[in-house]
Amino acid sequence: MNFETATAIAAQDMPVPYGARLLAGWYATGRPADLSDHLARYGPAPIDGAPGALADAVEQAGLTGRGGGAFPTGRKLRAVAGRRGPAVVVANGMESEPASRKDETLLDLAPHLVLDGAVLAASATGATVAHVCLPRTRADQAESLSRATEERHRAGLDPVEIRVHTLPHHFVSSEETALVSWLNGGGAHPRSTPPRPFEKGVGKRPTFIANVETLAHMALIARYGPGWFRELGSESAPGTTLVTLSGAVRHPGVYEIPMGGSARQALATAGGPTERLGAVLAGGFFGSWLPMPLDPVAQPRGAGVLVALPEDTCGLAETAGVLAYLGSQSARQCGPCMFGIPSVADDFAELAWGQPDTALLDRLNGRLGLLPGRGACRHPDGAARLATSALLAFGEEVVRHMQYGPCSRAGGPLRLPIPAGPPAAEEGWR
Amino acid sequence: MNRDHELSIDFAACDGHGLCAELLPERITLDEWGYPVIRDSTVPGPLLTHAKRAVAACPVLALRLTRARGRDQQPQRSLHR
Repeated sequence: MNFETATAIAAQDMPVPYGARLLAGWYATGRPADLSDHLARYGPAPIDGAPGALADAVEQAGLTGRGGGAFPTGRKLRAVAGRRGPAVVVANGMESEPASRKDETLLDLAPHLVLDGAVLAASATGATVAHVCLPRTRADQAESLSRATEERHRAGLDPVEIRVHTLPHHFVSSEETALVSWLNGGGAHPRSTPPRPFEKGVGKRPTFIANVETLAHMALIARYGPGWFRELGSESAPGTTLVTLSGAVRHPGVYEIPMGGSARQALATAGGPTERLGAVLAGGFFGSWLPMPLDPVAQPRGAGVLVALPEDTCGLAETAGVLAYLGSQSARQCGPCMFGIPSVADDFAELAWGQPDTALLDRLNGRLGLLPGRGACRHPDGAARLATSALLAFGEEVVRHMQYGPCSRAGGPLRLPIPAGPPAAEEGWR
Repeated sequence: MNRDHELSIDFAACDGHGLCAELLPERITLDEWGYPVIRDSTVPGPLLTHAKRAVAACPVLALRLTRARGRDQQPQRSLHR
C-alpha cells in the first residue's frame, strides 16, 4: 500500500473533479487554504443566525457524522443545545483508522472550514470553548492549527475560544468518550456510558463531539443551505464525503465523492484497479470485506475507507494481522475485549498460517458471537464485524485452509497498513 | 407499556467474579473467561427478587437493573469515530 501519496491529487494533475466541495479550494489553487484564501473564497462564518437555525439547516440537509457513526448531526446538535448550562464543542481529528488519511488531509488543506464548523457548532449549542483533538503523531499539524486559531483570534473572527490538543495515538483513543476522558484529565481510553457526552461530557458539561469532516460540511451548509447540500448524493444519503482510496488502485489518495455511490464507482475515482483484485476492505479495520466481483450497487458503509487487495494475497492472513493489532489496542478495561479479541485473533492466525483442527470454526464462531455489545465502547463489535465478514468473503479459502493448511499466498508480507509497536496499554494513555 | 426490568453490565467495571451467574442462572451464564453473558436481558416479575439479589451481590456494582423503556431518541454510541 502506498500511503506516501495519500493526499488529494494535486490540482495540476486533473480537472476539478465532480463532487469537490470541501476540497474545491485545493483544486482551484493547488495549495492549502490560509485565512486570507479562506475568507476570499467563503467570507466569515455566519455565526449570527437565529437560535436553532443551524440545527434546522443541518437537519434538513440530512448531514450525518463522517467519522463512521453516521448519526444525524442535526439531532445531535439539538440534543446538546437542549441541555441546561453552557456546552462544550469537541472536534475529533484523531483519525486512528490506519487506512484513513481524510481528516489529516482536510485539516491540511482546508483547516478554516473545520474551525468555522467548530465555531458554528459552539454558537448553535451555547458553547464558550471548542477543543480540537489531534493525535500526538501529528504535532506539526497541531502547531499549524494553533497558529491558524491565533490568526483568527487576532482578526476577531471567533466569539469562542478554540484550543488545540494532541492526544495519545491509540486505535480506541479516537472514540468520543476517550476524548472526554482525556480532556477531563484522565486517560485517552473509552469510558462506560451513560452518561453519554451530550448529557455530561467535558467538565461535566453537555458536549457536542463531531468528526472534523462533519464540522467542515456544517460550515458549508450554514453558508449555502440544505438545498445546495442535497444537490449531490442521493435522497437517503445526501451530500459529499471524503474517502481514502488505497491499495491496488492507480492513484491512491483522498477524494471527495458524492454520498450513496457504489464501491466500484469510488475505486474508479482513483483510476480503478491496477491488477486483478482479491477483495476490497470497506470501512477500514472496523469495516467489512467486499468479495469479488464487486456488487455493482452495494454501498460501502462506515468511515470513508476503501483498500483494494490484490488477488495474489491471502485475505485470511490479512484479517489475522488486523485482528492481532486490534487485540493489542484494547484498553484492557473490559474482559470480553481484553480476552476475546486476542483469542479470535489467535483462531484466525491458526486458520491463516497453521494446521487448524476440526473444532476451530465452531470455536471461532462461538467467540465471535460473544464480542458484540460486551464492552464500554464498540471496539469488540468492530473486530467481530471484520472477522465475520472475512469468513463470508473468503469462504472458499476458509474451506481450503481447513483441508490443506496455509495457501501459498499466506506466507507473503501483509499488504494492509497494520501499525507496528507495543500494545496500547504499555505505552500509556495520557 | 412494558413493565419488565432490564439487566445490563458495565463491562469496564466487571472483573468476572461470577456471583451474578450463580444467583441468576435463568438469565446469566459465564463465558470461557468467567465474564457474564446475558442471553435475555428482560426480567419478568417472578425473577425480580433474584435479579435484585444478584445486583446487590456484585462486588464491583457492575450489574445494573433498570426499568425497561422504549428506545430513546438520543445519540447512541457510535461504532466509528
